[in-house]
Amino acid sequence: MANQEPLLQVRNLKKFFKVGDNTLKAVNDITFDIKRGETLGIVGESGCGKSTAGRTILRLYEPTGGEVIFDGQNITKLNPQEMKAMRRNMQMIFQDPYASLNPRMTVGDIIGEALDIHGLATGKKRKERIQELLSLVSLNPEHMNRFPHEFSGGQRQRIGIARALAVEPKFIVCDEPISALDVSVQAQVVNLLEQLQEKMGLTYMFIAHDLSMVKYISDRVGVMYLGKMVELAESNKLYEKPLHPYTQALLSAIPIPDPEVERKRERIVLEGDVPSPMNPPSGCHFRTRCPKAMPECAEREPVWKEVEPGHFTACHLYS
Amino acid sequence: MERILEVNDLHVSFHTYAGEVKAVRGVNFYVNKGEAVAIVGESGCGKSVTAQSLMKLIPMPPGEIKQGEILFQGENIVNKTNKEMEAIRGKDIGMIFQDPMTSLNPTMTVGNQIVEGLVKHQKMSRSAAHSRAIELLEMVGIPQPDKRVDQYPHQFSGGMRQRAMIAIALACSPKLLIADEPTTALDVTIQAQILELMKELQKKMDTSIILITHDLGVVAEVCDRVIVMYAGKVIETGTVDDIFYNPQHPYTKGLLRSVPRLDLNKDEPLTPIFGTPPDLLRPPVGCGFTARCESAMRVCQEIDPELTEVSKTQQTACWLQHPLAKSRIGS
Repeated sequence: MANQEPLLQVRNLKKFFKVGDNTLKAVNDITFDIKRGETLGIVGESGCGKSTAGRTILRLYEPTGGEVIFDGQNITKLNPQEMKAMRRNMQMIFQDPYASLNPRMTVGDIIGEALDIHGLATGKKRKERIQELLSLVSLNPEHMNRFPHEFSGGQRQRIGIARALAVEPKFIVCDEPISALDVSVQAQVVNLLEQLQEKMGLTYMFIAHDLSMVKYISDRVGVMYLGKMVELAESNKLYEKPLHPYTQALLSAIPIPDPEVERKRERIVLEGDVPSPMNPPSGCHFRTRCPKAMPECAEREPVWKEVEPGHFTACHLYS
Repeated sequence: MERILEVNDLHVSFHTYAGEVKAVRGVNFYVNKGEAVAIVGESGCGKSVTAQSLMKLIPMPPGEIKQGEILFQGENIVNKTNKEMEAIRGKDIGMIFQDPMTSLNPTMTVGNQIVEGLVKHQKMSRSAAHSRAIELLEMVGIPQPDKRVDQYPHQFSGGMRQRAMIAIALACSPKLLIADEPTTALDVTIQAQILELMKELQKKMDTSIILITHDLGVVAEVCDRVIVMYAGKVIETGTVDDIFYNPQHPYTKGLLRSVPRLDLNKDEPLTPIFGTPPDLLRPPVGCGFTARCESAMRVCQEIDPELTEVSKTQQTACWLQHPLAKSRIGS
């Protein structure tokens, strides 16, 4: 392809929330690119800022600082009118298929609403398009007059995907799209997302806490901890040779569905809980739980840098 | 080996406006002393209802144990009164629930919630029980236990609440610990801590554990034996090695194929199981998995297969195990 420029460039993105007199630094200075047609996985524990990052990139939250450049255009500078038009290119799939669909609207109208807002189709064409979208996500097009409660969790997630696809976006943020689903259904949805990506050349940002699934679906994976990106690498590389002690511990904590492997495994068990993001530790945020912490980790924040080609990390061990 | 628990032909139903939901439809299994047994299956397969029946925690009505027996240390507890059950709950059988925030009492200090059981079952004085509570909190790895003991659940983090719940469950050294999705609500690094703790305590106190989960990785890490449930029935059971390396039931095979593995490269595509589990308001006549099964035959729709032996340790309920089916399919 001629256009080698990344589809999305995130530069020093920050999102702070005021909580009483305190400031919650949910996303604190993260920088990365998402290439065209790739899936970038974002993992981390609850409260690490991964969902906030996804929402801020789409400007569902106004960023506190930094830039998001989509297809060469800085979207943090767009006015509401321009932003609305831009949203056709970037969509979102939500975690909870029960809470993210309006229970009083039919499935046809849920998907059709997106068409209406952007004026993409009316009348007979609108109906055809809705039915086409339903078949695309392997739902029965004749069910367009049903309500969300008539569908199972996996089917509802398909409806959410159809809604996102209605405006023919280039980029979709998938925020824990499979966490609420049963194991056997998760694979259905993941396979669907992969097929659609291939068919329509989509780019995904896939946010999840299930590292096995993220590894499976992603080309590259970023790891977040307390509002910071601590490591980013090609998916296989990250899992084979994690550099940051947090990534190492996170990977080691995942149980593997193989009793023989589990019997032989040595685990790095981290001590303590994730500190409150309201009052993170000085220097490197991970140092209070880090088995390799050194004195300088408390003094200075490690710099985000490319340690090996394509492999970024922020850790004093590599500076 | 000593059998601590034996469940025979258990049927549990819920009477709802829509009709009778047959949540558990004839479940058989046992747990030996000191053994960790996993019950796995998807939501709605009856695993939690089975576990709650063991403690008789099913709200009745609408719930009803329709048939079967639950032998705990040789004694059938199905017909016990609530009062008799209270002598067993918390003393001989402890339970850890999925969501520690909703299962701890928000208006009582964590310490008092531990003390309650000790005073009731062990006839300890309140002050002795209070010091024992501090010991227990220390045992489950809560920092500053002497200070934490007088705090309320909302002052604890998620992982700490789950530790507190384990302390409550273990307070009277129960012979059987039922853990219903104990780590599902927790982050992986905290999950690793809790599983480590459970394994350690099991070794130390020789407690039997029933672990209910949908996470096959957790099963491989913690358990000795596995019971796979589907649509209110046990469809396969065996040692962890049997189930992971030699699964026989198409559902068990499907379940294992639908999860990606962290330690393997991504060359193998995931194979999902198509469709969804059956509605237990109108349970299927034959095998519950027929509608989603690739190998389904006509007999599967009409007659429910019984558990048959694959080996000394492994049983499965599938018509493919029938001697005639085996010869037809070949290897």
